[in-house]
Amino acid sequence: MAEKLIPTPSQTVGPFFHLGMAHPEWADLTAGDPAGERIVIEGRVIDGDGAAVPAACVEVWQANAAGRYNHPDDTQTDKPLDPKFHGFGRVASDAEGRFRIVTIRPGPVPGRGNALQAPHINVTLFARGLLKHLHTRIYFADEPANATDPLLSSIEDASVRATLLARPAGDGSPKLYRFDIVMQGENETAFLDI
Amino acid sequence: MTSPAPFSRPRPDTQPPYLYPDYASTVKRSPKRPLLRLDHTLSETTGPVFADRWAGPDATDLTSQHKSAPLGERIIVAGRVLDENGRPVPGTLLELWQCNAAGRYHHPVDQHDAPLDPNFTGAGQVVTGTDGEYRFLTIKPGAYPWRNTPNAWRPAHIHFSVFGAGFVTRLVTQMYFPGDPLLAHDPIFQSTADREARDRLICDYDPELSEAEWALGYHFDLVLRGREATPTDPV
Repeated sequence: MAEKLIPTPSQTVGPFFHLGMAHPEWADLTAGDPAGERIVIEGRVIDGDGAAVPAACVEVWQANAAGRYNHPDDTQTDKPLDPKFHGFGRVASDAEGRFRIVTIRPGPVPGRGNALQAPHINVTLFARGLLKHLHTRIYFADEPANATDPLLSSIEDASVRATLLARPAGDGSPKLYRFDIVMQGENETAFLDI
Repeated sequence: MTSPAPFSRPRPDTQPPYLYPDYASTVKRSPKRPLLRLDHTLSETTGPVFADRWAGPDATDLTSQHKSAPLGERIIVAGRVLDENGRPVPGTLLELWQCNAAGRYHHPVDQHDAPLDPNFTGAGQVVTGTDGEYRFLTIKPGAYPWRNTPNAWRPAHIHFSVFGAGFVTRLVTQMYFPGDPLLAHDPIFQSTADREARDRLICDYDPELSEAEWALGYHFDLVLRGREATPTDPV
């Protein structure tokens, strides 16, 4: 095998990414009217001083309602693909650091080996001051399958585990969840090295 | 279902750290707790697919988006998106943005005292071709001041965003120009310790790519993470 190339280093997204990473319509993953329960996720991005982080970019990637990713590597042919669901979304935080994503509740997806992962949404965070993006996951606090999720189970500190849980807020429809991303300090979000 | 083949992890010194105090904004925006290492599952090895113009039409000519031509040195930026095993990454979304020739972004937050160019927005996107290739026509961006330290200037650069085969291959980076004296003073560029990796951020002047009486050509390849080699891989 030929010698490997060194991957290109990451550089910060900077304060002006709205120019090129536009597409505000990508904050709604349900525009194509996919199958599944509609949910809304609202949150704030917060820095190490507890201050709002405006102009952060949050990207999400998730499976469909049946728990299948719209990607050729997902060969779970026993689950349907949903031609109306792409699975990718993007939203920029506003001046108060707030973001809002409209999507559907993903189904559970396989983990490694025979493990099953609880429903979750994969998240990347970009911002000025981040030389490379951060990864985390959004799980749902009211999901019974969390108890056997490999990642959640591997986190011993319950307060750290709790940072990965979106919490139901109110009884409206579609169901609203709150999920803050704390970049540093007390209640710092559990970020993932993938 | 068998576990998906994982992607290689980059050598730490070939990517920037989260905390890099010379770039002041990292001090309050870098996590203090160690990141949780996660073995790759389908959640990490899959990622958005940009077939069927899902992301909208390509926009590869940044010089013809307005009434007249923008001011500045006309340039062609072209290259390929590859993985670290040298394989092309076709069909992935590449987005790009930049300031104008005077060093000002077409963005309300940019208040640098340099002129806006009514003929230049500075944004484009393309889905890579079957060999991972892409090509943009634009103008050379200017250098501009920033408030990281007194009298600090960013070297001329173009921002690139690219996805690749899976969630783990996501990359946002900046392309710089060869011979720029500001590179030696720029903490964002310097934040990657490994020189060979850092030099990947600098495009090459390519006379073959230049078009006579028209535009200078710069070649820039983007290299994304690739799958780990397995014993069953063809040599």
